[in-house]
Amino acid sequence: MGAQVNAHDSTIGTLAGERLDRRDFVATLLDRAPEALVVTGLGSPSYDVFAAGERDRNFYLWGAMGAAVPTGLGLALARPDESVVVITGDGEQLMGIGALGSVAVKAPKNLTIVVVDNGHFGETGMQRSHSSLGADLAGIASSFGIARTERVRDIADAERVARIVTAREGTTFVQVFIEQTEPPRALPPRDGTAVKNKFRAALGLDTF
Amino acid sequence: MNSTVSAPGWQKSVFDVLREGDVKQIAYVPDAGHSYAIQAAIADPGIEDVVLTTEEEGVGVVSGAWLGGQRAVLLMQSSGVGNCVNMFSLLEMCKFPFLTLVTMRGEYAEFNPWQIPMGSTTQQALELMGITVFRVDDPDQVGEVVSAAFDQAFLAGERVAVLLGQRLIGRKKWERK
Repeated sequence: MGAQVNAHDSTIGTLAGERLDRRDFVATLLDRAPEALVVTGLGSPSYDVFAAGERDRNFYLWGAMGAAVPTGLGLALARPDESVVVITGDGEQLMGIGALGSVAVKAPKNLTIVVVDNGHFGETGMQRSHSSLGADLAGIASSFGIARTERVRDIADAERVARIVTAREGTTFVQVFIEQTEPPRALPPRDGTAVKNKFRAALGLDTF
Repeated sequence: MNSTVSAPGWQKSVFDVLREGDVKQIAYVPDAGHSYAIQAAIADPGIEDVVLTTEEEGVGVVSGAWLGGQRAVLLMQSSGVGNCVNMFSLLEMCKFPFLTLVTMRGEYAEFNPWQIPMGSTTQQALELMGITVFRVDDPDQVGEVVSAAFDQAFLAGERVAVLLGQRLIGRKKWERK
């Protein structure tokens, strides 16, 4: 009942149109950008990235909601020689929305922000988020000053987004309209220290 | 360094510790007590200055910098510590080395009572979230204390805050003439 109401309402505003399978999109993106450094926002985006295959170059958040983009910003500034992609959801992005302003100021060429947007807080029972209640996330990113924004509704665009990631030609914000589904959970490691150390080791860095 | 910047010597000593310690990113929400370090970071081509819309972003930025192999610090005012509380989970869960320098409000000669609820609980809030707190009120000791905190963060891998007492910054002039 509730899900039907939500599915019906999801045709509102910027949400009108085709929607993608989240796992297909993320798996294709990472397959085409195998060297990218990935930071994931808590919840389903972390599961999507892990489901695509564990990589030493993945840094998964399980909490610290709002930290995905700031963490990606610090990482991108530290490693201009690497492609950095943040993969997060609309709820996590909304909690740290101001970080888009901080990203726009620095505009690291090697940073791509991918928001897989189902317009809902999936982890807590599929309550509607601002993104299905009128907010236009790509428009917000653009208004903060991020020069390049993309709205993706076609799985064929996953390869194009991967080329943006690997090209490192300018900060890009990508809003990916995904279906309101809950695929099987694929749980990445929850030991943040181990994930951090593994990630740094992949870059040839010591623990500290 | 930009010779037009004038600031008390203790503010210069803060930036000297950061630069000599090979800090590559300085993330901040401005405060008068951090004026010198912010302007010096902006002027230094070897340091990325990262202006934030809220202090909690800075916890992510400095963690991301460390993931990529760089040292970074977060500059903020005591009120910003409250904004960061849940975000400090990131530091604890991943054992990131962390250094923040916090200029205090809500204590010495405070004019604005709205600063007091957070200023009076800043140290406790940091400690509750697992961050070691140093404090300095003597301008001659700022360089030493910041340097000690720096080593504890980046050589021992700890999470450390230095509270820069409001007396260092002095009385805020509220009447503009």
